[in-house]
Amino acid sequence: MNRTYCDDNMQEVHRRNWTHETLIPKLGIVTDIRIDTPDIKTFRVIGPDGGVCFSYIPGQCAMLSIPGVGEAMFSITSPPTNKDYMEFSIKKCGCLTEWLHQIDVGQQITIRGPYGNGFPVETDLKGKDLLFIAGGIGLAPLRSVIKYALHYRENYGNIDIVYGARSAYDLVYLREIQNEWRIAPNVNVYLTIDREQEGWTGHVGFVPDYVKELNFETDKTAIVCGPPIMIKLTLKALEELGYKKNQIFTTLELKMKCGIGKCGRCNIGTKYVCKDGPVFRCDQLEQLPEEF
Amino acid sequence: MLKIYKNKWPELFFKISCSRELYMPIEKDGQIWFGKWNEDAKVRFDELNTVKSPKDFFFPQSENIVAFKAKGKNISILEKRDESQPFVVFGIRACDAESLKILDRIFLAEPIDTFYKTRRENATIITLACSEPEETCFCSTFEIDPVNPGGDIATWIIDDVLYWQSLTKKGHTLTEDVKGLFEKADQQDEEKIYSHKKGVKVILSKLPLQDLSLEGFKNGNMLAIFNSPKWRELSQACIGCGTCTFICPTCHCYDIRDYDTGHEIQRFRCWDSCMYSDFTRMSHGNPRHSQIERFRQRFMHKLVYYPANNEGVFACVGCGRCILKCPVSMNIVKVARTWEANKALEVKNDE
Ligand code: SF4
Ligand code: SF4
Ligand code: FES
Repeated sequence: MNRTYCDDNMQEVHRRNWTHETLIPKLGIVTDIRIDTPDIKTFRVIGPDGGVCFSYIPGQCAMLSIPGVGEAMFSITSPPTNKDYMEFSIKKCGCLTEWLHQIDVGQQITIRGPYGNGFPVETDLKGKDLLFIAGGIGLAPLRSVIKYALHYRENYGNIDIVYGARSAYDLVYLREIQNEWRIAPNVNVYLTIDREQEGWTGHVGFVPDYVKELNFETDKTAIVCGPPIMIKLTLKALEELGYKKNQIFTTLELKMKCGIGKCGRCNIGTKYVCKDGPVFRCDQLEQLPEEF
Repeated sequence: MLKIYKNKWPELFFKISCSRELYMPIEKDGQIWFGKWNEDAKVRFDELNTVKSPKDFFFPQSENIVAFKAKGKNISILEKRDESQPFVVFGIRACDAESLKILDRIFLAEPIDTFYKTRRENATIITLACSEPEETCFCSTFEIDPVNPGGDIATWIIDDVLYWQSLTKKGHTLTEDVKGLFEKADQQDEEKIYSHKKGVKVILSKLPLQDLSLEGFKNGNMLAIFNSPKWRELSQACIGCGTCTFICPTCHCYDIRDYDTGHEIQRFRCWDSCMYSDFTRMSHGNPRHSQIERFRQRFMHKLVYYPANNEGVFACVGCGRCILKCPVSMNIVKVARTWEANKALEVKNDE
């Protein structure tokens, strides 16, 4: 009896979401801003009544905007297990992001979503050993999955995280990596920076090379995110290690406007990245024209 | 089936326009556009295609979707949409009527575009059968029947008589309002229409594009077509003006932009074109960096991607507008013929 009620209720919520015009945003309030690197800040956003603006799964995105400045798609970096707020790590590159980097706590923004398919945390990834590989700001979308997997630790196997950036200053979430991720059970974190730097005692070198060096077992499911060239080389490295395409997930980044597969902008082949992506398994990518 | 003589048409238009806004093909500065009917309007039922397609009525070239007011750190969201009133579009051809079904598959798919949906619901569509299809027409490639154009009400004009057949509930409602002006068509009329249709079919069968086949795009060879060297040659002349996308009844790409009116920020959406260089440009690069890729995208979408997602339905209705309007005489037919020729070649090689 209870169950039926609950299911009906869920469906009702679903329907209500869609009958509202999804192009019309809601209000969000920035309650905290952290400086991660010289050009990346993490913004904490809540709805006008507190809490998250909508529910979502790891890897999904939201359209954020400052009216009059612009609107753009950002991945939600906080895990859905956190119902108090949503976080977005945003790199300064272009008009809207420059604006966002100048705002103060208390600023209102607009937000709509969630968009995209997200990571298959409850299906393909469940029960697996996970190998996260990220470059630069590419750790942002993965943070949501990593934190989700740490929250439901018993549902996932060993976790390896390879993360690299240009320099030590460009590594995001460093404190969280040291204080939370590193000390979690059966989690290994491997950091690297592109070039030698004073005071850095860790690994130096590009992520794809480091991945090869680390010579991971091939029984893991890999999740790769970063700049296009880093993704490309990392996929090659993984294949050299013996990984199959259907063991690797990655995300695509394309220009977006509507977020719902209608404006045509993010169309690649038969897919719309905003709706069918941004997460793709690499064997699925193989069937798409190379336009990303 | 009802009929009405030409001398009573103005009365019919007037009667319709009393209860709903009425749009028809109207001559303006020597060109024919869909425009609002009034007593002085020069209605042109003889022209085949209006310059812009009727998609404007459902997916306007530009429309406001939401507005904002910003004060200090605060933003208010003002949802004020212009809800459309019941309206009638009279004189839509079979191809354009079919194009709405193609747009429906986009805009009425979940999540539904409520702006589009409201307009679709408010519209009564009166189609007009074609009497003199032109050389640029290739609707039959898409199994569209120009002498049975569908819609809520279908009409045929033979000499000075307009025949009227209501097909849907919306059509019946409108017919009820204007029935008094009509006479009933009799057996003789039916015969006249029958032989008229047959005559048009004969004209149709002699048109140059009637043999156009799109079979080559159907067989799941997406990547082979995508990677073909032919695109270079085909796209060479294209100047990326976007005309073909704007006049096309099935192109549906749009942009969303903000405009500061001085007292508020208006967010609007407007038609956009995959033929434009900034369509996919991001701050860190553009996946379609030259016109070859943009050109290819438009035709791949219409002939391969859209059909793959929509049970084989192509995103073209053969209206021929792009054939008439492209400044460099490039068009979907030339693209289709390229792969048709290929096919013929392959067959030859096989033999
Ligand atoms: S194909 Fe013709 S109409 Fe279309 S963008 Fe190119 S030049 Fe313009
Ligand atoms: S591609 Fe050309 S012929 Fe086909 S529907 Fe569009 S404008 Fe008409
Ligand atoms: S952003 Fe509009 S189709 Fe994907």
